[in-house]
Amino acid sequence: MGTADPELSAPVNGRSQGRGVALSLASLRKVFGDVVAVDGIDLAVEEGECFGLLGPNGAGKTTTIEICEGLTSPDAGKVSLLGLSWESSANELRQRIGVQLQETQFPEKLTVTELVRLFRSFYRHGMSVEETIEMAQLEEKQHSRVGTLSGGQKQRLAMACALVGNPELLFLDEPTTGLDPQARRHLWELVDRLRDAGRTIILTTHYMDEAERLCDRVAIMDHGRIIALGTPQQLIASLGGDHIVEFAVTMGETEKENLNPELLTAIPGIQSHRVDAGLHQLSVDELHTTVPRIFSALAGMGLEPSEFRTHSATLEDVFVGLTGRNLRDE
Amino acid sequence: MSRLLDSSLYQLTSARFRLFLREPEALFWVFIFPILLAIGLGIAFRNRPADVLHVGATTRALTQALDSEKGLAAMTMDEAAGTHALATGNIELLAIQEPSGVAYKYDDTNPDARNARLLADQAIQRAAGQSEPVHVENALIHETGARYIDFVVPGLLGMNLMGSAIWGLGFSIVEARQKKLLKRFVASPMPRWQYLASFLLSRLVLLVIEVGVFLGFAKIAFGVPFRGSLWELGALCVLTSLAFSALGLLIASRAKTMEAASGLMNLVMLPMWILSGVFFSASRFPAVIQPIVRALPLTAAIDALRGNMLQGMHLSQMLAQIGILLLWLVLPFAISLRIFRWR
Repeated sequence: MGTADPELSAPVNGRSQGRGVALSLASLRKVFGDVVAVDGIDLAVEEGECFGLLGPNGAGKTTTIEICEGLTSPDAGKVSLLGLSWESSANELRQRIGVQLQETQFPEKLTVTELVRLFRSFYRHGMSVEETIEMAQLEEKQHSRVGTLSGGQKQRLAMACALVGNPELLFLDEPTTGLDPQARRHLWELVDRLRDAGRTIILTTHYMDEAERLCDRVAIMDHGRIIALGTPQQLIASLGGDHIVEFAVTMGETEKENLNPELLTAIPGIQSHRVDAGLHQLSVDELHTTVPRIFSALAGMGLEPSEFRTHSATLEDVFVGLTGRNLRDE
Repeated sequence: MSRLLDSSLYQLTSARFRLFLREPEALFWVFIFPILLAIGLGIAFRNRPADVLHVGATTRALTQALDSEKGLAAMTMDEAAGTHALATGNIELLAIQEPSGVAYKYDDTNPDARNARLLADQAIQRAAGQSEPVHVENALIHETGARYIDFVVPGLLGMNLMGSAIWGLGFSIVEARQKKLLKRFVASPMPRWQYLASFLLSRLVLLVIEVGVFLGFAKIAFGVPFRGSLWELGALCVLTSLAFSALGLLIASRAKTMEAASGLMNLVMLPMWILSGVFFSASRFPAVIQPIVRALPLTAAIDALRGNMLQGMHLSQMLAQIGILLLWLVLPFAISLRIFRWR
């Protein structure tokens, strides 16, 4: 292969083996009625990589992943998985990929073992039912009915059904949405183990922390397009500062005029400034030198901050910086 | 494990089977309800022994004459007591000995009382020496196979085969679609035809139990006759069940919600409950709508089942019904395979 854009397939994080392209999308486009769900996506995912599609609800993540899974056919563009296409090798591909969909409700009156065995029967090759249940850490629940499982256990069961065919390529669509924090961490550990075992994983999420925690590379999607692509570290570094300073000032009309953003961005070490709902956000390289300068600049303008806090920059800040919107607002 | 147990068709079918057995309501509707219905109808329409009519008479001689008639039970009482017994409905008729002859006191608007009058008069005249100018013989019919319960059991069987096939398939498929399970299945390498075939196979397994339980009960409790070949009866049940399964599949092929499916099922089944002759003969409907009535799968199924069980007909004598059922099997199945919504 090696036809992928060199920038997209650059080795990442030392984890990728650079063995080849597991998935490539070219000029992918899908329209539902008058909504453009996917608006020209190009992407290449390497073998052994854990790749995240990140974006707010309605960004086109699920449509994109369902096109990759062969569940939706694109209006235009090319999809290639493991060097095969859905048009010519659908049955072969279904044998070699594993899929976990959003909102699948498995029959409540089957037991965990019965359901995994059912899915195992669809695959020519794969793991044993016991092995799969053990991998999903559902041994204690193997004889329980699906209806008695907790949300996290149900999600791990969905993972087990996706894994039982020992797939080369694993698709996870919002694997932790709706789970409590403990169940999320539990699932992350499972994904970690799969990734460390060298499986190619493509997941969608609207949780920034999840993408940062799990993914070797991330594509940030908005309105059907990829607006940023890279390792989480690269994307955060693109903000220009490792830290974010947020402050608010109690303001009347005079203070508003007094606050001059140019005076703030002129401070050495401040990369950018934006205002969101009265909250000023600055991206900053070094907190210890810059924060005192911010205070003195504000004092110089006759303003006193009513709130002041800092955090390490996250993918959330990258999204805000790119779109001017918060992910959570969607 | 053997290859059979690991095959996806076996796994899909046994999953279907388990899901059915773990649904207590479904068990009730398929196994218990038809039996309850048969019991209820059997009781309501049981053939009672000919009623004995109670009558009174004012003299011993009259009472004896009346008692000699099988249809009457007579008691001696005086006229006052007799009048009271008439008024309270304890007797239908009072025969009063008068100097000139016998007087009958009864209500001529009550059919039982009119019968009693005829029987009483016959008995009294006979006792007085009257002989019948014309000799008559009575041939009494109490044969099994001509009773209402014999008629209604094949009807209930047909209705049950329709209900369990349409509900069994329709609800399970629409539920799987609504819960996105169908979508999950088509994302896996599961052969799609096997998913549909698993419904038919599990239906056939259940059919054996369902039909066996119901007909066994009808045989033991009511002595319903089986005059035709049992193999042919089995074949008719399979054909009927497959035809209604195909119809259930068609109903479920597009519906996205249980409500929509439920409405469609009632729309399909209601006309057949009424028109297809479950409880009374379908030939009672006017000639104008007979072609429609005859073309319904349930009419064909029930006609064929009655032909087999009650008249001992062979399959070769019911080709029209079998043809109709085959048509209802092939057409809906072909259409639903084309329009089936997998997601």
